[in-house]
This record gives sequence, C-alpha cells and structure tokens, in this order.
Amino acid sequence: MSHLQLCLAFSSVLFAVGLTGALARSNSILVLLGLELMLTAAIMNFIAFWRFGPSHAPATGVIFAVFAIAVAAAETAVGLALVISVYRHQRNIRLPEANRLRG
Amino acid sequence: MNAVLVIIALVTVGAAVVAMSGRNLLHSVLLLTVSWAGVAAFYLWAGAEFVAFAQLLVYVGAISMAVLFAVLLTRRSRDDVAAPPASRSRGIYAILSGAAVAAVLLAAVSLAPLSSAPTPPPSVTVRQLGDQLMGPHAASLLVIAALLTVALIGAVVLAAGGSPGNPEDEP
Amino acid sequence: MSLPATTDSSLLERAPLILRDWLTGLLPGPARWAANGLIKIVAILAVFGLLFAFLTLAERKILGRVQNRPGPNRTGWFGLLQPFADGIKMLTKEDIVPRAADPVLHFLAPVALIAFSLLTFSVIPYGRFLLPVDMDASVLFFFAIGAATELSVFMAGWSSHNKYALFAAMRALAQLISYELPLLLSVVPVVLAAGTLSTAGVVAAQSGWKWGFVPHWHVFTPWGAAAFAIFMVSALAESNRSPFDLPEAESELIAGHLTEYSGFKYALFFMAEYFAMCALSGMAVTLFLGGWHAPLPLLEFIPSYFWFALKLLALLSGFMWVRATLPRLRIDQLTRLAWKFLVPLALINLGTAAFWSLTIAWAGPLQPLRWAVSLALVAGPFLLLGRRLSTGLGPRTYRYA
Repeated sequence: MSHLQLCLAFSSVLFAVGLTGALARSNSILVLLGLELMLTAAIMNFIAFWRFGPSHAPATGVIFAVFAIAVAAAETAVGLALVISVYRHQRNIRLPEANRLRG
Repeated sequence: MNAVLVIIALVTVGAAVVAMSGRNLLHSVLLLTVSWAGVAAFYLWAGAEFVAFAQLLVYVGAISMAVLFAVLLTRRSRDDVAAPPASRSRGIYAILSGAAVAAVLLAAVSLAPLSSAPTPPPSVTVRQLGDQLMGPHAASLLVIAALLTVALIGAVVLAAGGSPGNPEDEP
Repeated sequence: MSLPATTDSSLLERAPLILRDWLTGLLPGPARWAANGLIKIVAILAVFGLLFAFLTLAERKILGRVQNRPGPNRTGWFGLLQPFADGIKMLTKEDIVPRAADPVLHFLAPVALIAFSLLTFSVIPYGRFLLPVDMDASVLFFFAIGAATELSVFMAGWSSHNKYALFAAMRALAQLISYELPLLLSVVPVVLAAGTLSTAGVVAAQSGWKWGFVPHWHVFTPWGAAAFAIFMVSALAESNRSPFDLPEAESELIAGHLTEYSGFKYALFFMAEYFAMCALSGMAVTLFLGGWHAPLPLLEFIPSYFWFALKLLALLSGFMWVRATLPRLRIDQLTRLAWKFLVPLALINLGTAAFWSLTIAWAGPLQPLRWAVSLALVAGPFLLLGRRLSTGLGPRTYRYA
C-alpha cells in the first residue's frame, strides 16, 4: 500500500467512525461531534493529495484545507447555538424528541 | 515513515471510536479533542505545518471549548452528562452502515489507479500562502470572512435567545 | 541553534554552541540528533525552572517592599533559599484527591497544562544562535499551543466534582477566551510589518538603527506601542495575573478551579502560571522589543542572550509591579474591558499599522505628517472609547460616618 493509499484509508476509516457515531447516538451534541469528525476526515483527504499527488498549483490544497477548517468552525458554532435553543424549549437534548415544528 | 503514520492513525481512530461509543458526554468530548490533535499530528507528518497549527488553534483551542460550554449549559443537574447509547437495534444498524461506507471507500481507495511513485514533499512557505490568499484566492477569503461574521452573529443571537435584557444587569 | 555561527561573532556569543558541540561530540554519530534535542530540552527546563523558583521569591520581595515590609528574609541570605524551602514543603504535602472526583482528569489537568506551557518555550529566540526550533509559522504555533492550555483549566474545574470549582473554571475559561482575541489581534500588525510568521524573521526585521542610535524595534512606532500595551494587558489576563487573577484569588470561590488540588499538583499549576508569564513576556520581547538586539550599536559587544534576559526581567518585574499596585477586576468588568475596549482598539491598530506600512515611502516633510496621523489614529479611539466606557463611573466621593 502506498503512502497515499494509507492516508486515504485512514481518513475513510475516520469518516466511517464519525458516520456511525452520528447515526447511532441520540444526544444532539454527540451527533454534532460525529459530523465534525466526518468533516475533519474530508479535510484530511485534501492534505493527503497535496502531499502525495501530482499538483500544478502547490498551495491550493493547503488553502482549501484552511478555508474548510474555518467553515467547520462556523458550522459548529451555529450548530451548538441551535442545540442550546432546542434545550431551552424541551429541557433536554435528545434528538429524537426534537421532531415537532411547534415552538 | 509508515510506522509513524500507523501510530498516528491508531491513536486518532482509537480515540474517535471510544469517543463515539462512550457513556459520559464530557469524556467523549475530551477524547474527540485528542482525536483532533492526532489529525494535527497527521498534518505535521505530511509537512503542512500551517494547517497543523491552524487545526490546533481552531479545533483544540476553540471548538472544543465551545462544545464543552454547550455540554455544561444543556444539562439539568450536575450528573446529567451521562449519554446512554440508543437502543441496540439502532446501534447495530449504525455500525452496519458505517462498515458498509468504510468498505466502499476502502475498496475505492485500493482499486483507484493512483500513482505510487514517490513524490518529493512540496514545501509551501507562509509567504507563498499569503500571496496566494491575497492574490488568486482573495475573493474566497472575503466570502469566508463574511460567512464567519454572519455565522457568529447568528450563533450569538440564537444562543442568547433574543429575550430583552434585564435592566438591572446594566452597570 | 538555528543560524550557523560564523567565526566573526564573539566568543561569548558562541559559547553555548561550543559547549553543545562538545557535549554532542562525546557521543557516537547516530545519537547526536537526539542528544541535540535533549540538550535543548534540559537547558530550557533548567533555566526556566530556576527562573520560576527565583521569580516566586522576587515577587514576594517586590510586593513586600511596595507594601513597606521586607518580604521573606529568614531562610538563607536575604531569603534566597525560600523557593527551595517552598519546594520541599509542596513536595511533602499530602496529595488529596476527592473520592467523587474523576481520577483520570484530575491527574491529567496539571500534566497537560505543564506540557503545553513548556511547548511554548521552544519557539522563542533567546539569543543570536539560541532558537530551539526554527519553523516557518512559529508565531502561530505559539498561540495555538497557548490556546490548548485552556482545556486543562476546564479539566481541573470539572474533575474536582465541586460546583464552586466548576463555576470558577467556567469564569476562568470566559476570561481566557475573551483575552485570546486582543492577544492575537495585537500580534497581527507585527506580522504585517515584519512580513513573516517566524520568530527569527520578526527579530531580524527589527535589526539596525535609525540615525545611528534609535533602534528599529516595533515598540518605537505608534502602532507598535499601542500593540505592545494591548499585548501586555492581554498577557496579564492570559496568565491569570493580578488585576485579572479572579480565577485563583483566595477570596473568590476559595481557589477557583484549583480548590481540590493540594501538594505538588497545586505547585504544578503555579509553575504553569509563571511559565505562561515568562513565555508571554519572552514573546513580547521578541515581537515588540527587538528580541536579542542591543539598544545601541556600541553595546553590541555584550552577548545577545544577556539583552534578551535583561528585557525579559524588565517585563517580569513590570508584571509584579502591576500586581502590587492595582486592585482586582470583577468578571464582568474584565470581560467588558476585553470585548468593548481592547478588541476595537486592536482592530483600529491594525488599520494604523496598515497606514504606517503603506506610507513607508513618505520622506522629508511628510514624515511628521505620517507620525501625526498614526498617533491620532492610536490616541483618538483610545480616548473616545475610554470616555464612553467610563460614563457614570465618576470620581468617588467619600462620606465619613
């Protein structure tokens, strides 16, 4: 297995772990953490290809990864604010119970 | 080279697995922080120093704390951080889906015609990054800045609840 | 330990390198790289460990003299053995862990804190040839690791299973996060002016003298002075020093997040606080005060690490002077100071620095105009914001019963 394949396998396994966690848990914050893991695994792919793949513009992989980390931070902030809002209504953060549109 | 990557991968994936399957929410968050630090170690191994430090600063230094505050603010009693796993069947289905996705991805990775020729490590200096960010990618930079501002203002408004402030709070 | 030493540097400058080369020369070839790293680690631990010990004594002496009393002077000559007596006391105290506490987190919190605090020492250039790790993005590394130390504050507060410790940990985290922002924003103009994120590059950008005797240090420019002031105030808050020592003050929630720690772990927390103080002061010296450069050309024969040590000790005694003088701020006062005062000032300072570097070609009669505009951009917002934030806090009137 070449280095590139090893890195991609690493990020694939991390993605699968994040997916399993997001699907299996019913606590909103744990689902958010699973989502974050999936996003992190996707960003790792960019760096893996930047390091081992042929590249025409050498800095593009790094720049994309930096932008993606920034977007992930924004998304986590908004997601956590949503979790706090939902908690204010239903006094717990169990995701299956947040299925009513009525406020 | 391979041994270091395997160790980093084992630590990261191991911490992630224990985090996702844990019963204590806070332990899960802290183990996930270890996992993010492991990803930063992977970036360092690949030679992308700037991204590694950005990952540490953003994920370990900021996102982990936001998640910890959210955990502390959304519990009703001191011991309400237990997160029992969902029903067995749901767990089994989730593991099956995760395994299926992993199998598809790993198959794609091993069968793809990726060249395994050893490439020299690309080195991008911070100055080159800066030139690229302010040159060809300036538009993306401005869009990301606007996105971050809007997202953070929105998060503050959402979390604050929009209720009128107590006049006794003013100094 | 980054630049190659040429023989036209004085012997005193190269003395640490000669010592290190002799020590690594005693070992066989393959072990030399590891020995090199080990020597750097041992040197940093030894120097800053001893500095921590004598800083505790210096602080108590300075506080004592400011308060018109002599400070510790019983153990040894002038109290010089006091830190070692304190060390023995801390080591021999019983380590009490509450039964309901989370044992793993309770143990890991001081360990993680010390580990991250020590990591920040690796990117500060202590002398012309004394930079332990030379990276392209070392300033970013320093602040990333500094941000990671805040996690252990939370771990300490949570694992104690004590609601007061948890409240205090959340307040401490709020303080640390609030002051992270002015700290980073005040460093951005320095990176703008120096054009590089590496500490060696920032020090090199401050070399040379204008008109033969005024150094090019960043603190001697309008935006640099403002950024230095903002940095020092934020450094005071980031290392939990008075007047921002709400997290650990004895009259506030006992000892804050450290309530359930005793003995050596408590000493480790304080060691980490002093290390944070030293590291932030070292970074301030590097970014604003010219690093290891001498202030005058004719003083260059004194080795560079001496100048660094002198500037570092000056900043540290400034920290202690402030502790002896100013009263403690409340949590809402200090968060208001960070968000409503320091962050806008730091952002405006960024604009001032941009103006300064864009008008670098102005010469002759335009130079005073450049200085005037920059000083107005620095002083104007400071006065306006200060006035606006302190409305209603008039002069105190004393009424005697």
